[in-house]
Amino acid sequence: MGEPVKSPKEFLERIRSMPEKSSSSPPAAAANPDREAECIRRILAGEKHLFHELIRPCERAIYRMLVGILGSEADAEDAAQETAIKVYLNLKNFRGDAQFRTWVLSIARNEGLGRLRRQGARREDSLDAEAEEQGGDFTPAILTSWREVPLEALERKELAGLLREAIERLPEIYRNVVILRDIEEMEGREAAAVLGIGEGAMKVRLHRARALLQKTLAPRLKAFAPQRKRWFGGGR
Amino acid sequence: MRIDCKHVWDHISAYIDGEVEAELRATIDRHLETCEICSAVLDSTRNVVVLVADDRVFELPAGFSRRLHERLDRELALGGD
Repeated sequence: MGEPVKSPKEFLERIRSMPEKSSSSPPAAAANPDREAECIRRILAGEKHLFHELIRPCERAIYRMLVGILGSEADAEDAAQETAIKVYLNLKNFRGDAQFRTWVLSIARNEGLGRLRRQGARREDSLDAEAEEQGGDFTPAILTSWREVPLEALERKELAGLLREAIERLPEIYRNVVILRDIEEMEGREAAAVLGIGEGAMKVRLHRARALLQKTLAPRLKAFAPQRKRWFGGGR
Repeated sequence: MRIDCKHVWDHISAYIDGEVEAELRATIDRHLETCEICSAVLDSTRNVVVLVADDRVFELPAGFSRRLHERLDRELALGGD
């Protein structure tokens, strides 16, 4: 819809002025609290079928949260279904003093952690992470230049896989905060509430998580940056 | 006020989120103007943050939503409340 660009310089300026983040679907946070409250009231009054619409904006976040905790897509899907049922059965207990999504993700987190406890095997990295909270090496990968990897590069499945693997390998406490803050794009206060920690602790974890991701990914992401254009000879 | 690279790295996450106080931000900005390493660390970290936010990184399994709502239908039919 924009006007045609008149010069390469103008084109570059327009590209740079575009928002940095974009995704193929609107953020789940787009849910309207007033509509949610009305929907909950009607569900509790007997219009049970409306629960499908209430939970739909949260289902992607529930799944991602549970993949982050359980590390298995199949387990995460089963746990996501259990979470949705628990949300439904406990809906009358939702008091509205937190955002609905925050409350739902707290239930998802409890479901995931409960499953880990029942399995009697916390993921090895959970214990590592607790120790690591006391210290650790969060020095970034040292680079002298960086060529940006554009979002279009995600059309290559191997790039999405590389990013997913790096997130999955983070210690649990760092993985969860990345999922909530950088993937679900939750506000800091909301993410801290889901994790049951203070905002200060959440920021420390987020900083460390991003440093660990940069350290792991930066040397490997270089391969996905666009090749520099080489110009031979002058224009006519 | 001068700042060393290690100090800049400590604030990179808050810098990306726009949560650094104005005076410190100005100090970091001056450091970035002359430090190639910190500029590259900042740019690469910001690039990683943008990339992981994309929906193509963690796609839902095919049929996930359908199966979830079928299970919910069964639960709702049980009359649990």
